Amino acid sequence: MAAAPTTDPGPPPDATASASGSEDEIRRLRWQCRRGMLELDHLLDRFLDLGYGALSAPQRLAFVRLLAEPDPRLSDWLLSRADPPDPELRELVRHLVEVVRAQGS
Amino acid sequence: MSIPTRHFDALIVGAGGAGLNAALQLAGAELRVAVVSKVFPTRSHTVAAQGGVNAALANVLPDSWHWHMFDTVKGSDYLGDQDAIEFMCREAIPTVYELEHAGVPFSRLDDGKIYQRAFGGQSQRFGGEQAARTCAAADRTGHAILHTLYQQNIRARSHFFDECFAIDLVRDGEGVICGALVLEIETGEPLLIEAKATLLATGGWGQVFRTTSNAHINTGDGAAMALRAGVPLMDMEFYQFHPTGIAGKGMLITEGVRGEGGYLINKDGERFMERYAPRAKDLASRDVVSRAIVTEVKEGRGCGEQGDYVMLKLDHLGEAVISKRLPGIRESSRIFAGADPVVEPIPVFPTAHYAMGGIPTDRFGRVAMPAGHGAEEVVVGLYAAGECACASVHGANRLGGNSLLDILVFGRLAGKDIIDYVRENPYQRSVHSASLDQAMSRLERWGQKGEGLTVQQLRAELRRCMEDHAGVFRTEDVMAEGYRKLCALRERLPAVRLTDHSKVFNTARIEALELENMMDVGLSIAVSALHRQESRGAHSRPDYPQRDDQTWLKHSLYYREGDHMDYKPVRTKPLTVESFPPKERVY
Repeated sequence: MAAAPTTDPGPPPDATASASGSEDEIRRLRWQCRRGMLELDHLLDRFLDLGYGALSAPQRLAFVRLLAEPDPRLSDWLLSRADPPDPELRELVRHLVEVVRAQGS
Repeated sequence: MSIPTRHFDALIVGAGGAGLNAALQLAGAELRVAVVSKVFPTRSHTVAAQGGVNAALANVLPDSWHWHMFDTVKGSDYLGDQDAIEFMCREAIPTVYELEHAGVPFSRLDDGKIYQRAFGGQSQRFGGEQAARTCAAADRTGHAILHTLYQQNIRARSHFFDECFAIDLVRDGEGVICGALVLEIETGEPLLIEAKATLLATGGWGQVFRTTSNAHINTGDGAAMALRAGVPLMDMEFYQFHPTGIAGKGMLITEGVRGEGGYLINKDGERFMERYAPRAKDLASRDVVSRAIVTEVKEGRGCGEQGDYVMLKLDHLGEAVISKRLPGIRESSRIFAGADPVVEPIPVFPTAHYAMGGIPTDRFGRVAMPAGHGAEEVVVGLYAAGECACASVHGANRLGGNSLLDILVFGRLAGKDIIDYVRENPYQRSVHSASLDQAMSRLERWGQKGEGLTVQQLRAELRRCMEDHAGVFRTEDVMAEGYRKLCALRERLPAVRLTDHSKVFNTARIEALELENMMDVGLSIAVSALHRQESRGAHSRPDYPQRDDQTWLKHSLYYREGDHMDYKPVRTKPLTVESFPPKERVY
């Protein structure tokens, strides 16, 4: 009775992402953190405030890639139901959850 | 000022299940359709729907659309319109098959038919044994439907305006709706989209409450647009709360936790549900458990520094049971509540979940409102579907599995009706300049500079007020005080100022526009609830504990102008079968 898996292209990762941490970039990312699930809204938005500024340039680009993933996949990764196959995203997801949880979510 | 303008046959505001299903009908009929969505379409809140879609396919157990209709009428506490309910339950069957053919990967039985699961409130033979009616794609039904519809729309060449925020509807000189002014979030520039027909499909408004399971995007934008266009909102007092959301955050903790043996305690460690429901205890119905939690908090037995939540205890189940049967709950609680339920209880409070009311429509998605002397007229050119609309199939309370069904059936039928409407009205009407100026002034207001209140401040006060005064616990005194507070908040709205006046992705401006919408929708709920002096479905009044069919078997209509209330009769006559007369609702 298993449903066939769906793949969801979603929007492409933001090609204009510069990883500069500029105000424009933060605002753009803020809107990308608006999702269809409350759990994702909360985790992504909080991380943007609490942890994004301390990321390295490659990690920031990984965050942009993470935001391009479809909601159910993000939900699986962030709520520990599955791990991202990409090691860079895997590390970022672990770090993201840790940062948000450490701040009393 | 010249505003860039685009022309389409149809404009759809919102890209969840209702909007995308309507768009697909239109694009399939070779109409030029624009879909405006404030976020990327597959990030609409439909993606969060896990349950499934009810349809009497009879693949697992005997079933009939007529039994489905009975359950829905009964579930609505007899406030649902029986013609619309019959229509939805009949249409459920072709709607599910259409989705199957479009590629939605429904879970299957071994014989290849669509699997159907049992859900609360479903019966065979008009209240008999349990039925199995819910079609699901594993626990990802909403996502599977949204993904499929989006792909089909891309193929059919629907034109998407992603990350565009709808400001207001626009009209011609005769008052006919002919499109909407939208804001491109990326550039901060306005865009006028003119269309022969406009469909509002913007979803719900859980964000008006402090604790909600709804995503941040659910701010009632379409409902508020309708209000500002002079359209009333119907049955807004009927809002479904889930008893156990994570306190202060809102994420759902499934009833399955209590089903597995978890129970609620107050600050004294007392298992308080024994006092409210001696037999069912923690497994009593949602409204009973929600009211019990709020009563404990109000009477000073809440937990935490503010005493504003209770605890859901499940550590006695042991780590093996929790990890095996409730793994998602453990992780959610650890992340969002900072509590590992294996060793400590989860702080919980009722969370706002689903709106039964909304923009009044007929069963073809046409917005309809009283036109004086008791008659109803459609608002020419305007349609609504999905959670923002009220075709009145849920009445006072929605059944599980009927929300996805509602958005799909009425999205589909609205699309089909728009096709006929556009064929009969092939010429684009001219937007009246005063209508456009009014929409633009709403946008330009947020360019005002200087000192003032912040959006965040007023928003937090609004959400708190809605939770305290228009939430689960509704007595005359509590709600009257809430209305006074909301009026005071509304008066402070013009004093709000933005500090960020940049153009590119100015999310502060979007949040300000959303706050205006939430204020209007919040007031519609509070005023409608204050006036209904009975208990029915999700609207529970301890000071009027009984359902009163003599006086209140009627729909509420809230008008923004003067916070005025009007009422209209429930349509108790179905299309082809006998009526189900009101009875006491016992499960």
